[in-house]
Amino acid sequence: MERTHMRRQVGLMRQSLFTQGFLDEQFIQLEELQDDANPNFVEEIATLYYCDSSKSLQTIEQALEKTPHDFNKLDNHMHQFKGSSSSIGAKKVKDECQQFREYCKAGNREGCMRTFQLLKKEHATLKKKLEAYFQMARQAGPLETASRPK
Amino acid sequence: MTIEPVLDDQRDQFPIGMRVLAVDDDVTCLRVLETMLHKCQYHVTATSHAFTALKLLRENKNQYDLVISDVQMPDMDGFKLLELVGLEMDLPVIMLSSNGDTELVMKGVTHGACDYLVKPVRIQELKNIWQHVVRRKKVDSKDQANSGNQDKSHIGSCGGGVGNLDQNVKLNKKRKDQKEDEDDSRDEDGYDNEDPSSQKKPRVVWSVDLHRKFVAAVNKLGIDKAVPKKILDLMNEEKLTRENVASHLQKFRLYLKRISCVANQQANMMAAIGSSDSSYLQMTGSSFNGVRNYHALTGPGQFNNTGFRSIPLNGVIGRVNTPPALGLHCLPSSASNKLGHGQKSILDQGIFPGNRNGSKGVGDLSAAINSSPVFPICSGLPDAKLRSSDAVGLTDNPILRHPRDFEVSAAPLKSEISASFLDHESWSSIAQSSAFRSNSFPSSNNMPVVMRSCQFDVPCSQLQDPRPEMPISSTTSADSDPFQGWVWVDRKQDSPYPSDAMDSLMPANVPAAFDHNLDSKGTTLQRNMDFNSIGQSNFRDPMHIKFDEVERSMEASMNPKAGYVMDQRKPQGGLVSNNYGSLDDLVSAMTNQFC
Repeated sequence: MERTHMRRQVGLMRQSLFTQGFLDEQFIQLEELQDDANPNFVEEIATLYYCDSSKSLQTIEQALEKTPHDFNKLDNHMHQFKGSSSSIGAKKVKDECQQFREYCKAGNREGCMRTFQLLKKEHATLKKKLEAYFQMARQAGPLETASRPK
Repeated sequence: MTIEPVLDDQRDQFPIGMRVLAVDDDVTCLRVLETMLHKCQYHVTATSHAFTALKLLRENKNQYDLVISDVQMPDMDGFKLLELVGLEMDLPVIMLSSNGDTELVMKGVTHGACDYLVKPVRIQELKNIWQHVVRRKKVDSKDQANSGNQDKSHIGSCGGGVGNLDQNVKLNKKRKDQKEDEDDSRDEDGYDNEDPSSQKKPRVVWSVDLHRKFVAAVNKLGIDKAVPKKILDLMNEEKLTRENVASHLQKFRLYLKRISCVANQQANMMAAIGSSDSSYLQMTGSSFNGVRNYHALTGPGQFNNTGFRSIPLNGVIGRVNTPPALGLHCLPSSASNKLGHGQKSILDQGIFPGNRNGSKGVGDLSAAINSSPVFPICSGLPDAKLRSSDAVGLTDNPILRHPRDFEVSAAPLKSEISASFLDHESWSSIAQSSAFRSNSFPSSNNMPVVMRSCQFDVPCSQLQDPRPEMPISSTTSADSDPFQGWVWVDRKQDSPYPSDAMDSLMPANVPAAFDHNLDSKGTTLQRNMDFNSIGQSNFRDPMHIKFDEVERSMEASMNPKAGYVMDQRKPQGGLVSNNYGSLDDLVSAMTNQFC
């Protein structure tokens, strides 16, 4: 019973991540890749992402501290960051990345700084949410729930 | 999620088990990609370093059927990797990027990518990538049997929708026509329906010497007259078959085209930088487009260079930029160039009829180019040029002129590039020299030059990459100037076609007509221009777009030398080398391929 309840919780949590725009359909793609051979694939990817992306964020942050801003470089960094964020389906993060790149193209220093702060925030928020989600999912056991569309 | 093999069962279970090499510096993306590919039942090797990937491929290209690579990577530009793989290994390459801008996609296509996927990649998209392997195999087999016509289909199928298919068609047609008088042992049916798995034939290794012989033979015959049979006879190699020569010739032509495109672009860039004639630049832009287009053309027919040496690619790219700039400079800015004056008059006279009027010139030019049969008929153009009574010897055909202009500047650049190539590959240099030569002799090897310029295309496209890549690094060129012997260098000496070593490659028939029209410099320039124009014409359109970008880059990385393309053939080396960087790579790649 508790299991079912937990699973439902997990399902709801997951659903909310989507509806709130934290995740997009790419996340579903990842979920589909998860199978018996890769039982924790999604979590592994998320972990990998967070590990790698924190480094990227640091690099960008450092680049932002330098003046004048090398917008090209920033754009390149962000391009990559955006790529990996989109690969795991981190929607909000990706959107902020896009915004950042727009500002870079326009050479808008203030805009870049601002967006970057937002981006970090989104990044951290998603991380927490995902961690909670995965934890609960693990507790709930195998995740073939009806609420998980294939 | 099974993939239904479309092919016969005798092909084992393809596409299941298809061997893919995935390259992406982003570990997250790489992991996801790898997993997805596994899910598609492919056999995956993943690496986050482009150089590692290249190494793996070089060690055993037969171990892989397909390469998927990210565009933006820190150690090597994805497009460069794409070119190298295409040249050296002739494997289908799929580009991957989170940036799906049309420009980039176009660039990918012109660099020879079979496909361009936008991140995040979905598994559905990966399920069908095996088609590129099949297509490539088919093309390969055709290439061996029919070295003339497959590019057409391949280009089309690769979605090289550059829009200049008519040019491609012409090109292909021309090739086909050229080959018609060859042996008929060749199977002319175009696309044989052999089972792809049985198409692999032992490849002839085109060593540097062999290639040199080949280029010498081609130059002797004249690029437009160079038919495999005659080349084979001239080369007098026992183990070569006409088919080998034919397919090698085809690749060589593509290569030259590419170089000339690039050269043109660079020339344009140079001109743009040097002159205030912005319209001219626009033209170059169109040239670039043409080049791009060409790229698409050449995509399928990439060279397989097994021995490709890794050349500092970044440097190359930078170099690429310069040549066009140089070239351009020469053309529009007559003031600063001795040649210029000759040229200038032509330019002033509206070499670029369209351009004069400004931006629209480009469009006109492109249109002109498209409609002009210049490309397929390289020989035709030079003649026209020679006949033209222009001081510069430009033909009346604006398109022709245009190419020439590009070429002129490009030529010097090319030579430089060739020089750098020499460092790496003798083949490259040879190709370069022949290309150059052709330029100078419009009537003669148009092809080589043209093709070579096309090669610039690649480098030029690089130009469009973020600025950092584009600095016209005179430094890069500085290191290698082995192409002293190149025509350009010769030109500088005011000899129509100096008879230095490189000369041997050049067609004997230096257009004397040109000489009297221009001073030595002018002449050379003319020649090159003619040649280029011929070669370039095809690329006009594609180059169009590219040119704009190149132009931008060029301007960004203005090199004081840029303005002296005409005058300084040598110095151009520096600039040229820039171009060469990429050309070099290409040439090397090509050389390797043939080795």
